[in-house]
Amino acid sequence: MKITLTINGERREVDASPWKRLLDLVREDLRLTGTKEGCGEGECGACSVMLDGEVVNSCLVAAGQCDGRTVTTVEGLAHGDVLHAVQRELVACGGAQCGICTPGIAVCAAHVVDRGLIRGKNDHEARETVRALLAGNICRCTGYQLIVDAVVNAARETR
Amino acid sequence: MPRIDGVAKVTGRARYLDDLDAPGVWYGATVRSTVAHGVLEAIDLDPGFDWSRVVVATAADVPGQNYIALIENDQPALVAVGKPVMHVDEAIALVAAPTKELAMAAAKAVRPRVRGLPAVFSVEDSLAANEKLYGTDNVFKQFMIRKGHASDADFEAVIAKAAHVIEGTYYTSPQEQMYIEPQAMMAEWRDGRCHIVGSMQCPYYVHKAMKPLLGLGAEDVVITQSVTGGGFGGKEEYPSMLAAHVAVLAKKAGRAVKIVYDRDEDIAATTKRHPAYTRHRLAVDQRGDVLAIDVDCVMDGGAYLTLSPVVLSRGVLHAAGPYRCPVVRVRGRVVATNHPPHGAFRGFGAPQTTFAYERQIEKLAIHLGEDPLQLRKRLALRKGDTTATGQELGFSVGTDEVIAAVERVAGPPPVREGTGPNGEPLRRGRGYVFYFHGAGFTGSGESRLAGRATVARTTSGRYEVRSSSTDIGQGAITIFTQIASQALGVDASLIDVIDPTTSLVPDSGPTVASRTCMVVGGLVERAAKELREKLPSAPAGEEVAVTMQYEPPPGIHFDDATYTGAAYPCFGWACCLVDVTVDLDTYEARVDRCVQAIDVGKAINPVIVKGQIEGGTLQALGWALLENIVYREGKVANANMTNCIVPTFADAPDLETILVEVPYPFGPSGAKGVGEIPMDGPAAAVANAVGDALGCAFDGIPILPEVIAASRARWS
Amino acid sequence: MSSAYIRPRSLAEALDAKAQHPDWMVLAGGTDLMVNATHRPEPAGILDLWRLPELRGVTMTDVLTIGAGTTWLEVEHHAAVLERFGPLAAAAREIGALQIQARGTLGGNVGTSSPVGDSLPVLLAFDAELELASAARGRRRIPYREFCTGYRKTQLAADELIVAAHLRPPATRTRTTWRKVGTRRAQSISKVMGAAFIELDGDVVTRARVALGAVADRPIRIAAVEQAVTGLALGAKAAEAARAALRSAIKPIDDVRSTATYRRDVAENLVARFFS
Repeated sequence: MKITLTINGERREVDASPWKRLLDLVREDLRLTGTKEGCGEGECGACSVMLDGEVVNSCLVAAGQCDGRTVTTVEGLAHGDVLHAVQRELVACGGAQCGICTPGIAVCAAHVVDRGLIRGKNDHEARETVRALLAGNICRCTGYQLIVDAVVNAARETR
Repeated sequence: MPRIDGVAKVTGRARYLDDLDAPGVWYGATVRSTVAHGVLEAIDLDPGFDWSRVVVATAADVPGQNYIALIENDQPALVAVGKPVMHVDEAIALVAAPTKELAMAAAKAVRPRVRGLPAVFSVEDSLAANEKLYGTDNVFKQFMIRKGHASDADFEAVIAKAAHVIEGTYYTSPQEQMYIEPQAMMAEWRDGRCHIVGSMQCPYYVHKAMKPLLGLGAEDVVITQSVTGGGFGGKEEYPSMLAAHVAVLAKKAGRAVKIVYDRDEDIAATTKRHPAYTRHRLAVDQRGDVLAIDVDCVMDGGAYLTLSPVVLSRGVLHAAGPYRCPVVRVRGRVVATNHPPHGAFRGFGAPQTTFAYERQIEKLAIHLGEDPLQLRKRLALRKGDTTATGQELGFSVGTDEVIAAVERVAGPPPVREGTGPNGEPLRRGRGYVFYFHGAGFTGSGESRLAGRATVARTTSGRYEVRSSSTDIGQGAITIFTQIASQALGVDASLIDVIDPTTSLVPDSGPTVASRTCMVVGGLVERAAKELREKLPSAPAGEEVAVTMQYEPPPGIHFDDATYTGAAYPCFGWACCLVDVTVDLDTYEARVDRCVQAIDVGKAINPVIVKGQIEGGTLQALGWALLENIVYREGKVANANMTNCIVPTFADAPDLETILVEVPYPFGPSGAKGVGEIPMDGPAAAVANAVGDALGCAFDGIPILPEVIAASRARWS
Repeated sequence: MSSAYIRPRSLAEALDAKAQHPDWMVLAGGTDLMVNATHRPEPAGILDLWRLPELRGVTMTDVLTIGAGTTWLEVEHHAAVLERFGPLAAAAREIGALQIQARGTLGGNVGTSSPVGDSLPVLLAFDAELELASAARGRRRIPYREFCTGYRKTQLAADELIVAAHLRPPATRTRTTWRKVGTRRAQSISKVMGAAFIELDGDVVTRARVALGAVADRPIRIAAVEQAVTGLALGAKAAEAARAALRSAIKPIDDVRSTATYRRDVAENLVARFFS
C-alpha cells in the first residue's frame, strides 16, 4: 500500500506492505539506519522512535498504521549540527559506550525531557524518575549510571 | 576528553554492520540441529519449495578445511554428512537469498536427518565418560597448581593440622553476554580475495580461522571490524563461525552475503559464560590465619573445545584469591557436554572461582566472629607477598587503598528488619568482597603473542594509530588518541585511530583480557614517543611509521609446565560493598547500594574507566540475582529477551565507583587493565549480603526469588 | 502477497469490516501481535483500530468506562483512575515500560486474555463488565469473569469487537489493592499477580473479590478465599484464613520463568497480605 508519513519533519511517501514493521520501513525504505534492532520483540527499546508524540518500539508498529502519521527518529533530534540537550549530555557524561542502544535511549530521553516528565523534589527522586521512564531501554555497557547522569543534566538544562 | 565516537553514536550516524550499504547483497540464514547429539545422515531439500532464487551451502562447499581454527581444530563450520552433531542449534547448512524473508523460508525447507545418540548434559555424566564426546575421558583440559607441598599426601597432612576447615561447593550459572547488537557479518569475494566485515572483537582471530577454511593465503583474506555494538567476550571466538558462513555463501552465490542473527538465534546458538562447580576447602590455624587452600573447579565446556582451556586457566589462576597462604592446591578441569560451546565472557573464568573463594572467606569470618572486612584486610596479599603460583608482588598492589576507600564511605550497615510499602516484612543485609584480577594475557601469553602496534605520520601530515585492537564500546579509539596525543605532543584532533582492517594494521593481539589499554596502549605510547624523536630528522611529505612489539617487563617469567611464576604482569585490586533488601512476601532481593573501589593503576580517561567499571558491575549484579539460562535437553529454553532477562534501569541501583590509582610502572602513564575486574567480585558480595540478611548461606547463583523462597527453613 | 489493510473511520465501519473479514487481524497497539512479526505469517488483512475515536478514552460517570482502544499510558494518568481505581493505575504502570504503555490497550489485554495479562486480575477484582459489539447483533455486555473461558480463549464471537470495559467505583469503606511480582522490576512478565476488592464494615469483611494472574490457564477469581474471609476482621486471622483457603484453590505450573512452588508460595503471601 502507499504510506504517506511525516518523518523528521519531511513528508515522504513509500510503497510497502502494511504488515511491514515501522522499524524496517525506516531503515530500509527511508534509509534511516540510526534506529537499531536489538530484539524484535519489544523488549530492548533500541528501535524506539516517536510516533505522533509518543515514544514507541518501532518493531511493534505495523507500517500501515503509520499512514498519515508523524515519526521522529534519532536522526531528527538534532537541529543541523546543534545536538539535542540529551545528545549533548550523553556525550559529555559518557552515557554512550558501544552505542547500539544509544539512539533508542536518546529518543526516549529526549521525549521525557521535552515533555517535562522528569520531576522530583531532589536529585534522588529525579534519578528514580529517569530509571522508571527509561526502563524500556536496555543498555548492557554502562550499568545505566552515566546515562541517568546525562538525562538528569539535560532535564535541568531544559527546564 | 569526551569519547571520540560519541557524537556519531548519539546521532545515529555510527554505522554498524546491518547499516552498511551493500548493493545487491543477499541475506544468509542458518539451518541448525534440533538434536543435541547424533550423526548427520542426510540433508534433504523440500521438493515443494522453489529453490530457483536460493543458494544452499553445506560442508561440501567449504573450499578449504572444514574447521574453525582456534586452539584445537575440533569444531566444524558446518556439520558434514556422516559426521557427528554435537549440540542443539549447531550449524548444518546455510541458505542465501535476495530477501531475508525468502532466506528464512528456505532455511525452513532444508531438512537435516540426524540419527540421535545419547547426550550428556551434566559435568557428572561427562566425567563418568560412559558416552565419549572428547578423547577417552571427556576432559578438554586440566590444570594443577601446587604451592608449598610436593604431593597430595603432603597437602592432606597440612589440612589435618588445621584448627578448622571451611568447606563448600559453589555453583555459578551460564550467562549470556547480551550485547544489544546481535552477531552480524558480511562477505564478498573480489578478484579471488575474500573481504569480510562485521561485528567482532578480534579481526586477526577471524583472519587466522579463514585462511585454512577458505584455503587462502594471508593476503587473500581481508577482515574489517565494523562499529561493534558490544561484545563482552561474546564476539571473541564466535565471529569466526559467522565469517565462515558468509564467506562460503558469498563464494557460492557470487555476490555479497550478509548474516545478521535474530536475537533468539543469537541467544540459542552462540557462546555463554561457562557454568562452573567449585569445591573449596579453607584450612585455618587457631588464630584464623590461612594454612592451606584447596580448590577443585569443574567447568562445563560444552560441545567443542573453543577457548575453554584459556578460560579454565584464568579461573584456576584466580582460584586461591588475593590472600596470603603458604600451601595451595588448585585443580581445574573443563569437560565436554552436549551444550552449545561455552566461551569467553568478561572475567573469563575468574568470576566463577572468585565467587567460591569470597563465599569461603565470608564463612570464615562468620566462623571466627570477625568483622568480614577486617578479616579480609588481615589476610590480604600486599607488596612483597607471593600468590598461589609463587609470583612475588613487586609493584602496583592496591590492597590497602581499595579497602580503605570502601571503609571511608561504608557507613553503618542497614537496619536488618523493616516493613515495605505493602506491609510486607523486609530483611536487609550487607556483604563485602575483596578480589583481584590479572591484567593482560596469562603467563607467557603476551610474549608468545608478540602484539604489535604502529604510529605513523602520514603524507598528509596527520598521525595514524594502526592496531587491530577494536573499539567495542570500551573506548579504545579515544584512549589510543589520548595516549598518542600525549606521547607525540600534538593535538588530539590531528590523530586518527584507523578502523581495524587486517590488510592495514599489524596484529596487536585480540581485544580481550583487559589488555587493550595496558598492553596495546603501551605499544602505542612507545611507538609515538619514538616517532616523535624521529620526526625532526624525517623528510617532510613522506610517511614515517614506527611499529613496536610487546616486550615483557623485566623479571616476568611463567612456567606453563608447572604453573608457577608470574601469572600476570600485574593485577588490578578491588573491594566491593553491597547492601540488599529481601522482600519476605515475594522473596525478591534487590541491591540498594553497591560501592566498588578498584585499583586501575591510572585512569587515562576517568569517565570511560568509570563506565567500564559500572557496566561490569551491573553485569555481575545481574548474574547474581536474575540472569539465567534455562537449558532443557541441551537447548536454551528461554532464548528470547522476554525470558532471558538482564537488568533494566529500574533494576540498577545508583552505583558508587571509586577509582584508586596505584600505578603499574610498565603501563601507559601507569595504567593497568580494568575491563574485566568489576565482573569478578559483586556476585559474591550479593550472596554475602543476602546471607547476612537472612542468616543462611547462598552458595549458588543466580539467587532467584525461587531460591530464596526455598531457603526459608534455613533463615535465622 | 501483501496484507489487505483497513483503517475504519467509525465503529460502525469497523464492525462491518469485522463481519466481512472475520479472519483478519484486529490490530491496535501491536504490543502482542507484532512481537517477532518477521517470523509470523503475514495476515490476510489488518483491521487497524488504533486511535479509532469511539474506542478511545476514559470517562467517569457513576461507572468508569474505558474504551478498548485506550492505552495504558492514558489509563494510568487519568484523574478518576488515580483517585478511585488505584489498582488499575498501578497495573497500568507495570505493563512493560513507557513504550509498551504508549501502545498497549485495554482491548488488547482483554482480547488476548493471556494468563499473564497484567490488567486482568484488576478487572476481575472490580467485577468489570465488558461491552462487545457486532454489526449483526448490536451491543451486548458480559462480565469479564465469564468472558475468558480458557488459555487465551474468550467468548468474543468472530464478528465481534471489544468496545469498552465498565468498572464500578468502590464504596468508601473498601480496600482495593494490587501487587505484581515479575521477573524483574520493570519491563517484565508476571510470575504472580493479584488484585483484591474488599468491602468492609468497620474492619470486618462484608464481601471480597480476589483475583490472581499467572497461576492458572487464565486469570481467575478465588471464590474459596472470598468466602473464607467474609465475616472476619482484617488482620492476622483473616490473613491466615485467606492463605489456607488459597492453598487448595490453585494449581500453578512450572515454566521457564518460575516454578509452581514459588508461584503458590507467593500467591499465598500476597493474598494473606491483602487481608492483613
